[in-house]
Amino acid sequence: MNAVRDIAYEELKAFEGRAAAEAGLGKDPVNAPMIRHWCEAMGDTNPAYAGADPVAPPTMLQAWTMGGLSGHQGRSEAYDDLFALLDGAGYTAVVATDCEQEYVRELRPGDEITFDAVIESVSERKTTKLGAGHFVTTRMDVRAGGEPAGTHRFRILKYAPVRRTPKGERPRPVINRDNAGFWEGVAAHRLLIQRCDGCGGLRFPWLPGCNACGSPEWDTVEASGEGTVFSYVVMHHPPFPAFDPPYAVGLVELAEGVRIVSNIIGVPHDKVRIGMPVRLVFQRVAEEWELPLFRALGDGAGGEV
Amino acid sequence: MRAGEELPVLEVPVTRTLIVAGAIASRDYQDVHHDAELAKAKGSPDIFMNILTTNGLVGRYITDHFGPTANLRKVAIRLGAPNYPGDTMVLSGTVEKVDTGPEGDTATVKVIGANGIGRHVTGTVTVTLPAGGAA
Ligand SMILES: [Zn+2]
Repeated sequence: MNAVRDIAYEELKAFEGRAAAEAGLGKDPVNAPMIRHWCEAMGDTNPAYAGADPVAPPTMLQAWTMGGLSGHQGRSEAYDDLFALLDGAGYTAVVATDCEQEYVRELRPGDEITFDAVIESVSERKTTKLGAGHFVTTRMDVRAGGEPAGTHRFRILKYAPVRRTPKGERPRPVINRDNAGFWEGVAAHRLLIQRCDGCGGLRFPWLPGCNACGSPEWDTVEASGEGTVFSYVVMHHPPFPAFDPPYAVGLVELAEGVRIVSNIIGVPHDKVRIGMPVRLVFQRVAEEWELPLFRALGDGAGGEV
Repeated sequence: MRAGEELPVLEVPVTRTLIVAGAIASRDYQDVHHDAELAKAKGSPDIFMNILTTNGLVGRYITDHFGPTANLRKVAIRLGAPNYPGDTMVLSGTVEKVDTGPEGDTATVKVIGANGIGRHVTGTVTVTLPAGGAA
């Protein structure tokens, strides 16, 4: 990777207002096969998008303008120059961050798509989790048969990727005769709780015998996956290479009544609360094994960017 | 339809097939959306969903709920935590306001898509239900 150099902001600012694409022409007119492929991929069964006289899903707006494998048509010199400037300064990676679309009219098979786009803004240098870079916002006007069909504002981050130090491997579970059934359950996406044959009591974590009646006989029941946070801690220290502190470790009370220690995910570490409803998910943490984790449900769920 | 109404959640399993099918259906051939080796070479742990697919799923979430007569007017989304294969994205939505006009009721719906590592997408969708329509 090239060393990153600062670009004078005036140099970037000068691109604002310049064309990003001029007289672009959609590679294909709006057509039923592309609509069908889109709907199949998205799992979208809306009848308005199917049948003899389909309309295109409005969110396909940008798809009709895409260059595909053979590249973009109508992309302007200014846009290429801006990218070359950013690439040359070390901001080689790109990620889309925002998409704002407004739909003016429906698109139907046969509509010929044309478009123009303008570089609306280039941000100052910003530091992000991915690395430092500049946000570039373009605004595209899409027309069908020469009439306005919609607008598409798109923001990307051109950034210099942060070199990540290789992460350590997550500690592996110690699997033995007494808990092998539990890990076999996890591999099959089933969270298994032991049930004592003697007294019927449920227990977790797995033990060879019942701590209530002493019976060594047991079978299992599968947890429904519903639970609530009974207690939790937020880990800040000590750091361990496989983990990215701060993160929340919860003691989750399952609907069946037993408790399990696991990560609470899908919510910022500082938004975890006692009593918060959570649901079991299985997450692959290494090539060959997964862990049962708990995703927060309801208010506050969502998590940090 | 009224302000404050919560839409039922939609769980979307983020399969490798969905990521690749969505990228190709949207004509996005960036390698990070279909080639795990090249994605890793660029510092990503795996391939990840492209923004057009996320946009399509958000649109589907709204029209699934409001029905085929619903007209999407605006979809504005911001991406956060990437959607990697094996994760699940849970879409939830809340009606923020409803305006009644000659074309019908127009709702502004706030949408959130959370995955296992955080918030994948936050967005606002404006949708019109023709007068006399469903929901
Ligand atoms: Zn017992």
